[in-house]
Amino acid sequence: MLAEKYPEQVKKILAKYPPEHRQSAVMPLLHLAQLEHGFVDRHAIQEIAGMTGITETDVAEIIGFYTLYHDKPEGKLRLQVCTDISCALRGADEFLAQLCARLGIEPGGTTPDGLVTVEAVMCLAACDKAPMFQVQGRRGIEYHENMTVDSTLELIENSRKEVES
Amino acid sequence: MAKMVSLTIDGREVTVPEGTLIVNAAKSAGIDIPVFCYHPKMEPVGMCRQCLVEVGRPAIDRASGQAVMEDGKPKINFGAKLETACTTPVSAGMVVLSRSEKAQASQKEILEFLLTSHPLDCPVCDKGGECPLQNLTMAHASPQSRFQFSEKHHAGKHVPLGDKIWLDRERCIQCARCIRFQDEVVGEPVLAFYQRGRATDIITRSEPPFDSIFSGNTTDICPVGALTTADFRFGARPWEMKAAASICPLCPVGCNVTLNTRREAKAGGKVVIKRVMPRQNEQVNEIWICDRGRFNWNAPKDMERWEQPMLRRDGELQAVRWSEAIRAAGAKLKDEKNLLVIASGWLSNEDLFNLKALADHLGGKARLYNQMPGGEATTSLGAGAGTNLGDLGKGATVVIAGADLYHQAPIWHLRLKQAADRGARLVIVNSEPTRLDRHAAHLVHCKKDEVAKKIAGLAKDSEAALDSAETLLVFFGDQCGPDLPAACAALLRARSGKPNDALIGVWARANDQGALEIGFQTTTDLQAEFDRAGVVIFAGAADPVGAGALKVGAGKKRPFMIVQDPYRTATTNLADVLLPAQTVTERDGSFTSGERRVQRFLPAVPKCGDSLPDYAITARLAGELGLALAGGSAREVMDRIALALPNFAGIDFGKLAEVHEQLPIIGRADLYYGGTSYQNSQGLGVHLQKA
Amino acid sequence: MSHLLLRQRDIPGIDQLETYRQHGGFAAFKKAVTSMQPQEVTDMVKASGLRGRGGAGFPTGVKWGFIPKDILPHYVVANADESEPGTFKDREIMAGNPFQFLEGIAITAYATGAETAYIYLRGEFWQVAQFLDDKIADMEKAGLLGDKIFGSAFNLRIHTHLGAGAYICGEETALLESIEGKRGQPRIRPPFPAVYGLYGKPTVVNNVETLANVPLIVEKGAEWYRSLGTADSAGVKIFSLSGHVKKPGNYELPFGTTYRELIYTHGGGVLDDRPVKAILSAGASSAGIPGADRTRATPMDYASVRTLGADLGSASVIVINDSVDLDWVINKTIHFFKHESCGKCTPCREGTYWMMHLIEHIHAGEDVQANTELLLSVAKQMQNKCLCPLGEFSTMAVTTAIERFPDDFKPSSGGGKHG
Repeated sequence: MLAEKYPEQVKKILAKYPPEHRQSAVMPLLHLAQLEHGFVDRHAIQEIAGMTGITETDVAEIIGFYTLYHDKPEGKLRLQVCTDISCALRGADEFLAQLCARLGIEPGGTTPDGLVTVEAVMCLAACDKAPMFQVQGRRGIEYHENMTVDSTLELIENSRKEVES
Repeated sequence: MAKMVSLTIDGREVTVPEGTLIVNAAKSAGIDIPVFCYHPKMEPVGMCRQCLVEVGRPAIDRASGQAVMEDGKPKINFGAKLETACTTPVSAGMVVLSRSEKAQASQKEILEFLLTSHPLDCPVCDKGGECPLQNLTMAHASPQSRFQFSEKHHAGKHVPLGDKIWLDRERCIQCARCIRFQDEVVGEPVLAFYQRGRATDIITRSEPPFDSIFSGNTTDICPVGALTTADFRFGARPWEMKAAASICPLCPVGCNVTLNTRREAKAGGKVVIKRVMPRQNEQVNEIWICDRGRFNWNAPKDMERWEQPMLRRDGELQAVRWSEAIRAAGAKLKDEKNLLVIASGWLSNEDLFNLKALADHLGGKARLYNQMPGGEATTSLGAGAGTNLGDLGKGATVVIAGADLYHQAPIWHLRLKQAADRGARLVIVNSEPTRLDRHAAHLVHCKKDEVAKKIAGLAKDSEAALDSAETLLVFFGDQCGPDLPAACAALLRARSGKPNDALIGVWARANDQGALEIGFQTTTDLQAEFDRAGVVIFAGAADPVGAGALKVGAGKKRPFMIVQDPYRTATTNLADVLLPAQTVTERDGSFTSGERRVQRFLPAVPKCGDSLPDYAITARLAGELGLALAGGSAREVMDRIALALPNFAGIDFGKLAEVHEQLPIIGRADLYYGGTSYQNSQGLGVHLQKA
Repeated sequence: MSHLLLRQRDIPGIDQLETYRQHGGFAAFKKAVTSMQPQEVTDMVKASGLRGRGGAGFPTGVKWGFIPKDILPHYVVANADESEPGTFKDREIMAGNPFQFLEGIAITAYATGAETAYIYLRGEFWQVAQFLDDKIADMEKAGLLGDKIFGSAFNLRIHTHLGAGAYICGEETALLESIEGKRGQPRIRPPFPAVYGLYGKPTVVNNVETLANVPLIVEKGAEWYRSLGTADSAGVKIFSLSGHVKKPGNYELPFGTTYRELIYTHGGGVLDDRPVKAILSAGASSAGIPGADRTRATPMDYASVRTLGADLGSASVIVINDSVDLDWVINKTIHFFKHESCGKCTPCREGTYWMMHLIEHIHAGEDVQANTELLLSVAKQMQNKCLCPLGEFSTMAVTTAIERFPDDFKPSSGGGKHG
C-alpha cells in the first residue's frame, strides 16, 4: 500500500494540486507505485483510484498512454537506449545491437536472470552525448551518457550487486 | 431569446441562434456535413476530422471596423486551412462551403485514412445496413484504397466488454463516442482508451466490467460495428426487420421504444422480437434507454403462455371456449356483493378503466397491486404539461426520497444527473447509498423508517434550501416507512403558486400512475381484503401468490378466483376461471408514465393463441352482466375515459399520435449524426391535466 | 562574450542559491515585485521582442497580455517536456543554471497574477525534477517563494510535475491535460490556454529557455535585450547542435549567427570531414534543407531560415553528412511520429501508420518509385487536416526529403544507405 509505504511522499504529492483537482496526482502516484516492482499492479490501481477520486478505468488509461508506466513485470532494470535520429547518426543502433549481443538477448528482451530489460526508445534529449540510455529502476530514472558497450556492462554488473544486496 | 445570426452554407441562407456550431446550423437547413466523432448530445471534440469544410468570414477593415466591400458585396476571406464544422461556431456573414472541391477532397481523404485500418467485414457485421461508416463511404469515399490490404492493423475481434456488450477492436475508429457518453451523459466513466496512436483501444476496468445500466446506448451511437450487443449480435440484419412503436413497460419512466421484429424459422415460423431500440422523445427518454428495457424484454420468453380460456372442473383447469369461460365467470359475479379487483400497473389505461367500471357497477373494490401504498397524492400534485426533466437547471431543486433511481427508473437517474450538471440542486434522502449521491447538493442517509421524518425536516433545513427553489420536484420510492408519500406531499403543499412543482412516484410498474388516476386505490392489507371477498379478479400479471404477498389456503373456503393473465403464474394456477390475456407487444393501448404523460404503444407481434386484450376481456364479462363497456378497440375505450375522467379530458388516440420536430434530428437518414435511435413518428404523448 | 543563459559555463556553482545571488540573482524578481506593476513587466517583455523558444516563436509578452483579469485564479506552467529529437537545451539550463529559470517563472507569475506555477518535466527528467525540488526548497527557505514575497502582497508556489513518456505533451494543451491527470491529448483551440488553460483557468505556458530570458530583460531592460540578435529575432538563443558534427552540444549565440559558423566554428566541423548533405533546422519536425553554400551562409533567425523553406523552430540543428541517404532519415522521423502520435485525430493516427509501412518498403528497396510517390501523396494528404501540430510536423521532413533529395529515393540508390 502506497499510503503506508510512502506516507510522506503521498502527502507531498497530494499537496501540490488544488483539492478539487486531486486527479492531477495520478501521474506522480503512479511513478511512486512503480518504484518497488517496476510495474503497476491491480492493487495499486485501486488505491490510486481511491486517492484521486477517479475510476480504475481512468487510472488504467493513464498507464496505457504513457510509455514510462508498465502494466507487466519485466527486468528489475529497464535499460532504454535512445536510437532516435541524432543518436543514431552517432552509432546508437550499433551500440544497441552490440550490447544486446553481449547480453545474449534481442532488443526488447530481458536477461535470463531477470535483471535487465534492454529496449530501444525515442529521443531522450541528450542528443550530444550518444550513445546514451536511461535506466528505469528502484531509484527512478537515471541517465547514462557517452557510454560504450563495456562501460554499460560494467554498470549492469554493479547494479546487479546493488539489486542483490 | 438567443441572438440570431445569419450565414450562408453551400449557397443557402441560414439563420440560427448565436453560438450554434456549423454542423448543426447546416443540419437545420437540411445540409448534411459528414461526422463520426461529433454527436449532438455531447460536447464536440473535433477528433475524427471528417467534417472539415471551407469557412470564409467577412473581411473587416481594421481602421474603420467596417466590412470590406468588393464588387458591391462583402469581401470574404477564406482561411488557408479547412475547419472542423463540429467545433466552429457560426458568425454573422460567415460563408461555409461543405461541398466545394477542397472540402469534398478532404472528406474523401479522411475516409481513406479511416478505411486503412477498418477491416471492411461489412458482410458479416451487425452494423451493416445501418452503419454510418458504410453509408458515408458510399456517399463520399473513393471506391479504391491505395493502402496495401495485408498491412492492415489487426486486433481482437471478439472482446467482451462486460456481459452485454461486445467490442470488435478492428472496427473501432477511435471516435470516443462511447467513452464520452459514459463520461458526460451518464457520469460513469468506465470506458477509456488504452495505449495511443494506432494501438489505441477501448478498455474497461470496472468490476464488473462495463459497469453501467446504460451500456446498450453505446451501441446505438457507435458509428461502426465496433460495439454490438450480446443480445442482438449475429441475430438478424437490420433490413430484414420490421419496426413497431412501443412503450417500455418495465418502469414508470415510459421510455419510447421501437421493437424490431422478424419472422423466423428458428421460432417455428413465428414473428419474434429481435431487439429493442430507443425511440426519440426528448421530454421522456431523449434518445436513450436503459439496459433493462433493452435487454430484459426477452426475459418472459421462457414463461409459459396461456393460449386458451380455462375453467376449473373437478379440481383441474380445462380448456374451454371464450363464451363458456365468460358465462361461468359471469354467473359467479351476477349477485356478488363482495367483488375485489386486484389489478397491476402492467395493464393499460384502457384495461384499468374497464376493470374499474366493472367493479363500480357491482359495488366492488378496485385495488392496485402495488407494494407502495399511499401514492394517491400524485394524482393531484403530480407533473403536468410544464414539467420536463430536460429543462431543469439552475433554480430547480429535486428531492429524491426512499428511491434508488439508478436501479428503479434508470432514465430518470440519467436525466437528473444531467439536470445537476446544468445547475439543478439534487437533495437526496435515502437509507442506502445510490449512484446519484455523487451529484447531490445535499445528501442525507438515514434508517429506512426515518426517511419520512428527514423529509419533513427538510422544510426547515437551510442546507437543503428548498425555499429558494423556483421549481421543486419530489420523487419518492418504496425504500421507506408507510408515511413517506404524505411527507413528500406536505413539502409541496407548503408551497403555492409554483406551476411546475411536481410529486412523482417511483412505482414498480409502467402504469401504476394510470391506475391511480383511474381511481384504483392502494391497499395495506391485501390478505384481509382477499379473505373477505366473494369473487376476486386478478388482472395484469398481478401474482401476489407467487410473490408471497397472498396466501390462498388449500381446502379452506376461499373466494372464487377469476384470473386474466398472459402467463402461467402461481396465482393463475389457483384460478377457477382463467382468461388468457395479450401482452403489451401483441396489442395497442396506452400507459400513463410517472410524469403523468399518456403514451401509446402499438402491436409488434401477432397475438398468442386465443388471447384477448384485458379491456376486451373485461368488456365481455361486463356484457354478461348487462353493463355495456367499450371492448372493440383501445381507441374507443380512451374516448370513454376522456369523457368520464377530468384528468383525461381532451385526450384521444389522435392527440397521442401527434408529433412535432424534435432536436437533435434523429432517424434513418441521420444515422451518422445521432445514431440508430428511432425517429418518433408515432406520437409524443400528452400530459394529463393538472388537478 | 560571457553566457547569458548557460551561465554555469562561466560561473562555477551558480546552481547554488548563494552563488546565484552573489552574481545578481533574484535582483530582477525583487525589482519587479517591489518597484513595478505587473502590467509594466508584461509591457517590458513585450517591448523586448522576446519570442517563445519552444519552437513556435510567438511573442512572449503578447501571450501574457491575453490573460483575462476577471477570471481567477491564473496559472503559470513551464514547459520542460523537451522531447523533440535534436533538442537538449532545456535540460542543460535546468541542471546548470536552475535559479535563473526559476526566477523567470517567478517574474512571469508576478506579471500574470498567478500564485501557483507548475514545471512540467518529461518523465525521463526524473533527476532534474528532484534537483529542482531541492532548489525550490532553497528558495522557500530564503523567502523567495511562499507568502508576501519581499514584503509585498505577492504569494507564489512552484511545483514540479513529471510526465511519463509522451512527446505530445510538449504541445501546450496536451501538457495541461497531462497535469490534470488525463491522457496527454491536445485540446481543440480556441479557446487558447491564456483563457481556458489548466483546470479551465487562464494559464501562461512558456518554454524553459523563454523563461530563463525573463530575468535578463527585467534586469537590463527591453532596449538592451533588443540590441542583441536581429530585427525580428531579439536576444540570444541556445542552438542544440547534433548529428554528424565533431563537437555536438548546446551553443548560446546571438540570433543571426550563420549555419556555417555554428557547424564549423563551434561544432568543430562535420564528422569525417565530409560535406553537409542536409540540415534539419528544428529537429525531427523540420523540413530537410540541402546543405548547399546558400544554406550554410544563412543567418539563423526566424525570417532568414524561412527563406530556405524551413523554420528555425527550437533551433535544434541536426547535421547530416553525405554518408546517409534521406530515406534513412525519414525512416527515423516517421517511426518517431508514429510512436508518438496520440491517436486522437484520424489523419495523424492513420497517416503516420501508413507512412511507416511505405518508408519501410522504400528503405527495403521494394517498388521504390511507386511507394515514394504514394508516400509523398499520403504525407500531403495529412497536411492541414490534423488536430494539432504533431501530425503536421510528421510530414515536413517527408515531403521535403522526397522533393529536395530525389536521388535518395531512386531504386538505384539501393533503398538508402547509412554509413
